[in-house]
Amino acid sequence: MSLTLEGVSKVVGGYTHIHPMDLTLSKGTMNVLLGPTLSGKTSLMRLMAGLDKPATGRIVWNGEDVTGVRVQDRGVAMVYQQFINYPTMSVYDNIASPMRLLGKSKTEIDRGVREAADLMKLTPMLERKPLELSGGQQQRCALARALVKDAGLVLLDEPLANLDYKLREELRVEIPRIFEASGAIFVYATTEPEEALLLGGNTAALWEGRVTQFGPTADVYRQPVDATTARVFSDPPMNFLKITKSGNRLVFGDNQSAEAKGTLAGLADGRYTAGFRPNHVEIEPHAAEAMEFHTSLSVFEITGSETFVHLDHHGDRWVGLVHGVRDLRIGAAVTVFLDPAHVYVFGEDGALIAPASYALAA
Amino acid sequence: MARITLDALAHSYMPDPKGPEDYALKELNHVWSDGEAYALLGPSGCGKSTLLNIISGLLEPSEGRILFDDGDVTHMTTAERNIAQVFQFPVVYDTMTVRDNLAFPLRNRGHSADVVAERVARIAKMIGMEAELGRKARGLTADAKQKISLGRGMVREDVNALLFDEPLTVIDPHMKWELRTQLKSLHHEFGHTMIYVTHDQTEALTFADHVVVMTEGQVVQIGTPQELFERPAHTFVGFFIGSPGMNVIPAEVRGDRGVVGGQDLPLGRAYGPLSGKVEIGVRPEFVRLTAEEGLPVTIRRVEDVGRHKIVRAELSGKDINIVVAEETPITADMTRVVFDPEGVNVYADDWRVEPLSTNVGEAA
Repeated sequence: MSLTLEGVSKVVGGYTHIHPMDLTLSKGTMNVLLGPTLSGKTSLMRLMAGLDKPATGRIVWNGEDVTGVRVQDRGVAMVYQQFINYPTMSVYDNIASPMRLLGKSKTEIDRGVREAADLMKLTPMLERKPLELSGGQQQRCALARALVKDAGLVLLDEPLANLDYKLREELRVEIPRIFEASGAIFVYATTEPEEALLLGGNTAALWEGRVTQFGPTADVYRQPVDATTARVFSDPPMNFLKITKSGNRLVFGDNQSAEAKGTLAGLADGRYTAGFRPNHVEIEPHAAEAMEFHTSLSVFEITGSETFVHLDHHGDRWVGLVHGVRDLRIGAAVTVFLDPAHVYVFGEDGALIAPASYALAA
Repeated sequence: MARITLDALAHSYMPDPKGPEDYALKELNHVWSDGEAYALLGPSGCGKSTLLNIISGLLEPSEGRILFDDGDVTHMTTAERNIAQVFQFPVVYDTMTVRDNLAFPLRNRGHSADVVAERVARIAKMIGMEAELGRKARGLTADAKQKISLGRGMVREDVNALLFDEPLTVIDPHMKWELRTQLKSLHHEFGHTMIYVTHDQTEALTFADHVVVMTEGQVVQIGTPQELFERPAHTFVGFFIGSPGMNVIPAEVRGDRGVVGGQDLPLGRAYGPLSGKVEIGVRPEFVRLTAEEGLPVTIRRVEDVGRHKIVRAELSGKDINIVVAEETPITADMTRVVFDPEGVNVYADDWRVEPLSTNVGEAA
């Protein structure tokens, strides 16, 4: 079982929502569409579902061209950000409804409802109406309806966005497990990098209607192919620094410089953008090769076990996430350290020139 | 700015409440200091919005009083309380320019044109919208409109308090970082008394000096982010703060030793005799996976979440989560866990038990 997009694009009123793209999703996989609002996640899902027709290209399902086939005839299940259930029906009847539409027998329906309710922890609520349930239970009910459809393609469009933080955490762990067994292809849209990482599977990073990278989630996170992907897949945001490599020095800002160490020593002379994640900014250097940067502290935030430091580095805003609770002063000078193994080097066009060497080992 | 006193404050939406379960907000006695930032944190239905509505004057409490400094404001309207509010969704006048939107609260209070111009310029800089001051709000993105709402909330210096109700919900993750940072520096600069309602722990912890954790109409702890992390007063706080939350493990406690699944472990501190349901709480960050020592676990799954790994395991039949640093390898022989005694707390019937003495720990 597979879903293939071949040169698929979408244009609305002369404005390109999705640039021509190729993408293949295979059986039994979780595929995350990660990108900010308006990056094309929902447009792409609607094309996959058959709710919209592509401007160009073909959509192939198990080797068969389904480009013109209506959503009703495609065996697709969709779950949206808003919990969509029938308010006048009981939870039981809500879960049963897709199976009734498929003309299944009473016994089959009953078995299906009870299995899905059990997985979604809704068994005690089967006789209640959706509006008598909490938000998390309502969304579980919507998920159960998607599950019993036995669809080959399940599309989840930010299904947890309207839920409380802790419920999201719980369902994020449950969803991949629940759907793992079904063997369907899952597509899950989210704006949050952390959610993509927790879901695992594959991730497609989306930016302005283009898939900038598609691959195993941890690989896309650690080995982004360009600065855009790195930016999309980093929360808190990745830090960037424009550098000029000259001999054994990295020159930046107003004639500041640092010795080019580690993999950075091997770069050809020229102009680059260095990128590094907040959790790799250090206040005490752990590596002998660490590079030193002088910044001033704009704001700091304590999470309980860690401290976010917001730094001003010659006009660039950086964020660092450091261990422990720090007693700091706004406006103070802060020297931070960076292990060259944690630095990505991008060309002036944003393409990756050298990966962070730690990521190759991880 | 004002100090806020909650004096025997409680609220029931029922005309004749019988027991504690009939209260949306159970009795509160607290004094919140002038110029400090407080976050009200809890799941939906915990009573945080009820409490905010009482402070803002949208709701009159069924019991108790609320004071701003020494003045009783319990029966005053929102307007009389002289507060500023920012809501979950942007509230801006589409037909007005960004400048007029920001100036609105000041002009309403009859401030001079000079004061208005000076304040608006300052706030526009803070929210990074100086370039857009002359344009109409219509057609701006939701992010930009919410920035205007935030700016308008903070434009007046003479308010008693600034109240925020989930103000960053509609904002993209990247923009959240920016806006939160701006809020934080505004607080640093102007020292407003701020109250911020959210269900998002990161927002609450990073924004506030003091976090008020609520569940089922009750305040279970008011503490600094560090206190909530290291010494959760209730198992709910341990669960709700932290991702994943604190591990809560049934145990026997004898002095400074605990027994879990027949195995002995040091607690770091000694405890008196306990009754009721006894458990130990230890956050995933204080659990270390090892090969040589400690309690045996069965590893179920390892989740790579980027900057660290979450190991999902089982300890004598109970789920336990362990956080392992990004670059620490996990090998097949690592089937035991050790708890950092500094991170171990003891609970009886869900409430944290104070140890007898804090310096017995070295026995471990």
